[in-house]
Amino acid sequence: MIIDENVLLSDEIAVYRLRSLYRSYGYTPYKMSKFEEYDLYVRNKNFLVSDNIITFTDISGKLMALKPDVTLSIIKNNKDTPDTVQKVYYNENVYRVSGSTPAYKEILQTGLECFGRIDTYCISEVLTLAAQSLSCISGEFVLDVSHLGIVSAVLDSLGVSPAVREELLRCIGEKNAHGARAICEDESVPEAGIRMLQGLIAAYGDPKTVLAALDDLLPADLAKKERQELAAILAVVPGDNVRLDFSVVQDMGYYNGIVFKGFVNGIPVSILSGGQYDRLMLRMGRKSGAIGFAVYLDLLKELNRPAAEYDVDTVVLYDDSVDMGTVRDTMQSLIAAGKRAVASRSLSDTITYRAIADLRK
Amino acid sequence: MNMLNVALPKGRLGERVYAMFEKAGFACPSIKENNRKLIFENPEAGVRYFWVKPSDVAIYVERGAADIGVAGKDILLEYQPDVYELLDLKTGICRMAVAAKEDFRDDPARPLKVATKFTNIARNYYAAQGRDIDIIHLNGSIEIAPILGLSDVIVDIVETGTTLRENHLSVRETIVPISARLIANKANFKFKNEPIEAIVKSISEQMEALP
Repeated sequence: MIIDENVLLSDEIAVYRLRSLYRSYGYTPYKMSKFEEYDLYVRNKNFLVSDNIITFTDISGKLMALKPDVTLSIIKNNKDTPDTVQKVYYNENVYRVSGSTPAYKEILQTGLECFGRIDTYCISEVLTLAAQSLSCISGEFVLDVSHLGIVSAVLDSLGVSPAVREELLRCIGEKNAHGARAICEDESVPEAGIRMLQGLIAAYGDPKTVLAALDDLLPADLAKKERQELAAILAVVPGDNVRLDFSVVQDMGYYNGIVFKGFVNGIPVSILSGGQYDRLMLRMGRKSGAIGFAVYLDLLKELNRPAAEYDVDTVVLYDDSVDMGTVRDTMQSLIAAGKRAVASRSLSDTITYRAIADLRK
Repeated sequence: MNMLNVALPKGRLGERVYAMFEKAGFACPSIKENNRKLIFENPEAGVRYFWVKPSDVAIYVERGAADIGVAGKDILLEYQPDVYELLDLKTGICRMAVAAKEDFRDDPARPLKVATKFTNIARNYYAAQGRDIDIIHLNGSIEIAPILGLSDVIVDIVETGTTLRENHLSVRETIVPISARLIANKANFKFKNEPIEAIVKSISEQMEALP
């Protein structure tokens, strides 16, 4: 049976398209239970989008949680394979607080993870798949990419305390160059350092232009390896929709290297988020590297598909005087002609219709 | 047409800020007409302005109904919306401060009773000091709370200090300086990057030209 995409909702279409995309690149499906031991999340609280978790005690007395995240479970349940690469994708419901409404939500999330020996190709493939995932959802999309190694090197060069560094990182995430300057001036950071940081915050655009601007902005030996790595990776990622943007910041206790966020026109927040999380792997006792991303499909409901002008094309009116076989034949012939039809004893205010087929005598 | 949507705070601050946008090439003459309309647009300049309650600007921007807007730093600190803070407009300048009755003496042995509209700012400020507090959320006339014994201190915005003085209160500590900020929705910043960057550049130049 061929599925007519017109009957599918935006998130349903995305699920099928993304599954097909990830399968074509050799990613295998990963299925898991809805529950996980609460302890896993307590140990890695800052990795989670929100630290509100629904918990319950199972019949053996263990404190369990309804999964607020997929990545931690996949790492926990997968074998450590530092010499090869494992590629998996998932399509799961997670349970957490989303957006500014303080209430739990069931959120459909799809994504992929790549574990093991992560090389330049692996990273560029994941970025390519992130860009293609966004293009499956909308023609107008932007994938913002950053390298935490570069951000980290610039912050290190300023010689500030860890608390101030956190404040500056927040300013980078807000593109708040004036706030960063005020903090640096309070900390007596030299003017050259302040300008470098402000330049990093202002840098935004296509990778080639921004990388060239970085070469002018940063001392030659500062984050040289990371800049070369970023250039090598982005040279392989196709598309005009990739931007370098250092305001993409993820928790540095878990993430390292490349991090990214995806946006589509019409949705006011990022719908895709990911990056390299070797530090999380280390914390969980793994030797493998890892990179992955999640697409938040619940947000696609905001992409309004134009509402149909009518709920149905034809209302087939019948009563006890009409032979039921006639009602069935009328319905079937309308549907076979590609019409949406509803059989009813009377006209209702709750549905709109284009035409009436009155079979009543 | 893909208009740039700008949320401005109702009142004098909004009018001052509109003048900056006008100079930046995003004029909308109908906004100066004296009427009760809340939305004004100029299709030629590709811009639509709307007046909203100052404390709501950040919500319009965070949720993408406005691409950019102007909000006080007090609102950004209190509600922490997920937006870009692109410029300090250096207008609407005041400070967030702790004030108390002139004869108030703090007793660190008991929790400090703090009356405020800005509960998150107050909570974070005292948490950083390790001070135990009892927060009393009020929506207005905060100054009378210490006078009536409802609270020991208040955390509020202080502009000239006249209201405090008239109520025999004085500023004890400044928490943070406040001014108006140009904010942008994170997603819309990508899709309307050109006009947003043009506004940021022009307003920065206007501010640099000020004496």
